[in-house]
Amino acid sequence: MNRIPVQEVRRSLQIRILRHNPHDPASKPCLQTFELEEAESMTLFIALNEIRQTMDPSLQFDFVCRAGICGSCGMIINGRPGLACRTLTRNLPECITLAPLPGFELIGDLSVNTGKWMRGMSERLETWVHQRDLDRADIDQLEERMEPDLAERIYELERCIECGCCIAACGTARMREDFVGAVGLNQIMRFRLDPRDERSDADFYALVGDESGVFGCMTLLGCEDYCPKDLPLAAQIAFLRRRMVATGA
Amino acid sequence: MPKTLSALSARMDLLQSLSGLLLVLFIWAHMFFESSILLGEDAMYAVSRMFEGEPLFGKPYPLLVSAAGIAVFLLVAVHAVLALRKFPGSSRQYQLLNRHLGVIRHEDTTLWYVQVITGFCLFFLIPAHLYTVITQPENIGPYASADRVWSERFWIVYALLLLTVHVHAAIGVYRLVMKWYAPTGVQAGRTRARLKRGMWCILAFFILLGTASLLTYMRIGYQHADSAGERYRPASAPVGAR
Ligand code: HEM
Ligand code: SF4
Ligand code: SF4
Ligand code: FES
Repeated sequence: MNRIPVQEVRRSLQIRILRHNPHDPASKPCLQTFELEEAESMTLFIALNEIRQTMDPSLQFDFVCRAGICGSCGMIINGRPGLACRTLTRNLPECITLAPLPGFELIGDLSVNTGKWMRGMSERLETWVHQRDLDRADIDQLEERMEPDLAERIYELERCIECGCCIAACGTARMREDFVGAVGLNQIMRFRLDPRDERSDADFYALVGDESGVFGCMTLLGCEDYCPKDLPLAAQIAFLRRRMVATGA
Repeated sequence: MPKTLSALSARMDLLQSLSGLLLVLFIWAHMFFESSILLGEDAMYAVSRMFEGEPLFGKPYPLLVSAAGIAVFLLVAVHAVLALRKFPGSSRQYQLLNRHLGVIRHEDTTLWYVQVITGFCLFFLIPAHLYTVITQPENIGPYASADRVWSERFWIVYALLLLTVHVHAAIGVYRLVMKWYAPTGVQAGRTRARLKRGMWCILAFFILLGTASLLTYMRIGYQHADSAGERYRPASAPVGAR
């Protein structure tokens, strides 16, 4: 008879959470430890919800999709950035330390305002399709066809969920607040590929051709190594760097 | 359209990498010439004479060595000035970086930091070495160099220089590849691991080669200590050779 193997002895997890409410002047950042029994296939998403339900309803953290799609649950897990909903506790030691992603405005405890940062980046880099005479376009007409191969390549870069892990993992972004990061440079590459976007490399140079853009990147590769969607960030940045040098220098 | 950006950033980024690459190629070539001592005094004597232009002009011109030393010094200066832009610029940046490094313990970020530290050391070690090359170009030879290494205790500078320059150069080459031609595709991770392994192998090779020749200079200098200052005279050479 087939039997699903069940872990007999359950581990007891100690989850230490960096807690702080920046809106409360009396609040000081401190580590609080919660103990709970590990369950089968437990993710940090499940563990945090259990803590909030059974131990401390005031604990703040973000989740939407719990499937690695929405990008809201990025946090520092034992020192490294990652998505809580995609991190299985069985791959971690018994003692787990959680902290909010650095580099973003803290909302409280593990919740940070990545959305605000991403919007600022997006407005600055104009991460949308630029086309002249869009207002005269005929929306009843079929769109021009795109080669499946090209669509695939755009989609590969489009998979970014703006979770902010690459910003938290990047030494450059930690030191320079105006650095657009791998997420921003990747989006430039995405629109550069898109045939509907009429911008030239000179236009892109005006957006990322300085130390807050592609030339600020010091190839530390934290982005490449910690992007939870495994985007090919190092290769994109290297390509963009070559294009921008060819355009600007 | 947004503001136009100057070409300066692009040029400085390219020049930083190019100057680094040229310095690496130089230092690797330098290691083979320097290690000619492993083949014996005569081999090293021939190499030092070659760089003074003797095979070309029939007569040694040590000034050529000075000129090469100055060129390398200028290249180092350009590279250092450009690379210094990447040092943490304020104590706040330094603190942020240090905290980041301590928490994330990420290999490639640490490799970069090792480059920053070795680069800082090279800032002092390279001028110490180049100063003697530029001011006393005629004092390069099997005995002259060995005496400097042993009797003038330059082995301390050279040992530190050997270690820092090769660590800096090997990491630099790996990072140059990732910076300009990071591998793509499904094999990207594997190619990167191979590049990194190559980096460690190159590093080990040059450290071993450099250590072997430094020890050889030390041995010759030790044996020659009593007559330090005397120049080498190859079996086939006319009077006045060194
Ligand atoms: C005074 C001497 C030196 C200083 C202060 C220095 C400093 C630095 C620093 C801080 C970096 C990292 C910069 C970055 O990641 O953006 C770097 C990169 C590099 N260095 Fe040096 N360095 C020196 C000498 C050398 C020498 C002698 C070599 C060759 C053997 C060399 C080869 C390289 C290479 C190949 C890179 C990578 C270049 C790049 O990232 O674009 N450096 N150096
Ligand atoms: S590039 Fe990766 S790490 Fe960065 S925001 Fe997008 S998905 Fe997250
Ligand atoms: S390669 Fe390094 S410096 Fe560049 S964006 Fe990625 S983490 Fe930041
Ligand atoms: S909850 Fe959406 S990515 Fe984790």
